[in-house]
Amino acid sequence: MAKNRENGGLPSRRELLAGVVGTAAVGAGAVASAQQADAPKPRPRAPEDPTKMQGLVPRPLGERSAFETPRRLVRVLEPSSSSRTPLQYLQGIVTPADLHFERHHAGIPNIDPERYELLIHGMVERPQTFTLADLKRFPAESKLRFLECSGNGGTAFQNQGRFPNMSPQEMDGLTSTSEWTGVPLKLLFREVGARPEATWFLAEGMDAAVMTRSVPMKKAWDDAIVAYAQNGEPLRPEQGYPVRLFLPGWEGNASVKWLRRLDLSDRPFMTREETSKYTDPLPGEKARMFSFGMDAKSLITFPTFPERLGGPGWWEIRGIAWTGRGLITRVEISTDGGDTWEDAELQDPVLPKCHVRFRKLWNWDGRGATLLSRATDETGYVQPTRDALLAARGSYTRYHYNQIRSWRVESDGQVFFAG
Amino acid sequence: MGKSFLPASCTAAAALWLLSACAPEPSTGSAVVAAEDGAATPVRSQPAPSLPRPELHPGMPGLLNGAELEALHEARERGLRDIEGLPDFGFGEAASPERIAAWDIDIGPDGEGLPPGSGSVERGETLYRLQCVQCHGARGEGSQFEALAGRVPGDRFPFSEDRRYPITVGSYWPYATTLFDYIRRAMPQAAPGSLPPDDVYALTAFILQLNGLLESGDSLDAESLPRIRMPARDRFVRDDRRGGPEVR
Ligand code: HEC
Repeated sequence: MAKNRENGGLPSRRELLAGVVGTAAVGAGAVASAQQADAPKPRPRAPEDPTKMQGLVPRPLGERSAFETPRRLVRVLEPSSSSRTPLQYLQGIVTPADLHFERHHAGIPNIDPERYELLIHGMVERPQTFTLADLKRFPAESKLRFLECSGNGGTAFQNQGRFPNMSPQEMDGLTSTSEWTGVPLKLLFREVGARPEATWFLAEGMDAAVMTRSVPMKKAWDDAIVAYAQNGEPLRPEQGYPVRLFLPGWEGNASVKWLRRLDLSDRPFMTREETSKYTDPLPGEKARMFSFGMDAKSLITFPTFPERLGGPGWWEIRGIAWTGRGLITRVEISTDGGDTWEDAELQDPVLPKCHVRFRKLWNWDGRGATLLSRATDETGYVQPTRDALLAARGSYTRYHYNQIRSWRVESDGQVFFAG
Repeated sequence: MGKSFLPASCTAAAALWLLSACAPEPSTGSAVVAAEDGAATPVRSQPAPSLPRPELHPGMPGLLNGAELEALHEARERGLRDIEGLPDFGFGEAASPERIAAWDIDIGPDGEGLPPGSGSVERGETLYRLQCVQCHGARGEGSQFEALAGRVPGDRFPFSEDRRYPITVGSYWPYATTLFDYIRRAMPQAAPGSLPPDDVYALTAFILQLNGLLESGDSLDAESLPRIRMPARDRFVRDDRRGGPEVR
């Protein structure tokens, strides 16, 4: 039920009945994509020959072609819920802001940017408030960085092979990449005179959960950003408008949205989100706490369910890879279930803590095949198999599911998730 | 506004101070800042002044060891070097203690920040029936939403391998202070932030009683709450993943 949701647990009966996850799900036991859940609309029309008439005039706000209707996949219509990015629909590395995944614990607050203030206090020489205009006046920085929920991929991990009808969106849609713009947090911390004894700070949101996480001070001195823009425009409300914390490479929950307060301290605060949630049970009756970093992961996004290859011949296997620990240095592809591996091509730009696009041409002979991808990062970490992860963490560990994913291409071209 | 970072010669002393943070003394309990006029102003809402902060247990993840303190200092120096060419901007406004108190609702695992007041298990039960039961079940067993109560036999912690036991306050939460902090900020779902401290103490007490951690005649206040030893307190370990070839 609710408690399973953020680790990608199975949809509850209530969710299924609510219909928001799609009707096809009930029989197959998997969540159908939101596209399927939409009522079928008549196909848009286009003139027989567009060269024989004048086109549309410019518009103040652009929109997608009427033929393109990507949708986020909404898990459940409740304040504490999520929506997933249609990874199989995207090319390149940037996620359009309106398709960036969401995860909120108490809904999306409506905040007037003119009344917005960020309060910084605790172990500082000068506790201060900053308006949005103040924050924008500081020297800014922009970084292309991924953001991933640490519960991403949980259903696939915990239900090995049980859901062949899973698209990349359903399985791993809680990851997205944007260009984030804001003030380096270290600049704000210097401004208020952060005391050297401060080892942690609390980041608090302005949503109805007044959501909080403790963050190590080291992250502030390294690369944390107080962000107010995403892909060139102000943050979307669901991404924290007007201001969010952004912690590159770290689990999404710690990048507190609708940021209103930073409290510097000499110990963590032990909030609900870092104790009851976002801790990882381990074998030996322990649980890992403050497991912020996202380990290397890759995912084929084409060909995948619900795609059907039109016939044998040349196909380009495509996907994304990312690591919270720096750069992806290598992605390998196997088309024979993991017996042999070949390097995929990493497409520029290859940036740290950012989705990287990989590609590999494949001459399909028309027989059944199993496709896998495996990422390596600059620390020498290699994306593990499910068995390796299971041995290290146990069958029901709750977060950080970066095991290798595989896809089965049947001889009729239909592609299924294969565990 | 001049910056007041410690000169390099002071960093060793600062590191020692930080090490001592692993067993904080009562005097470290309140962050005290020097106001513009130089007078020291406490910036946190604090428990009654006579109450020493209970010691944090040494195994608490998040208390930095020597190597981590070293890494923090290096990162701090590197970070400051990155921006050393930039002027002091002086943007923003000084936040008064009242301004801070209006938002500062966080509670530490040592009880820092707990407000005055108290609440009994008995009153908590009444409040719970009125405001919580429909979502969390009569005995906190969970109904529409998460279970709040339940222990694992022998207080074992089998969650990585065994799905039979729900993750609850009694089976999983390491600190009782978290319960007060979370209820006060986020619950009940339809009216978050509406409960006065006495009600939050009472609800916290009742939920702890449902978990077998208090008796029905008990009450809670700023002194007693942080002293409750949660069954799962010592189950939490720091993150040992740091890239490299090993899968952890
Ligand atoms: C309308 C339904 C509803 C009501 C009423 C409600 N809660 Fe909740 N409660 C929730 C939901 C939903 C969550 C999970 C929120 C999330 O996903 O972050 C939750 C979470 C919690 C948690 C954290 C559980 C965990 O395991 O992390 C506690 C503690 C809690 N509620 C206490 C209370 C108390 C005390 C009351 C009464 C004052 C109350 N709730 C009333 C819906 C409700």
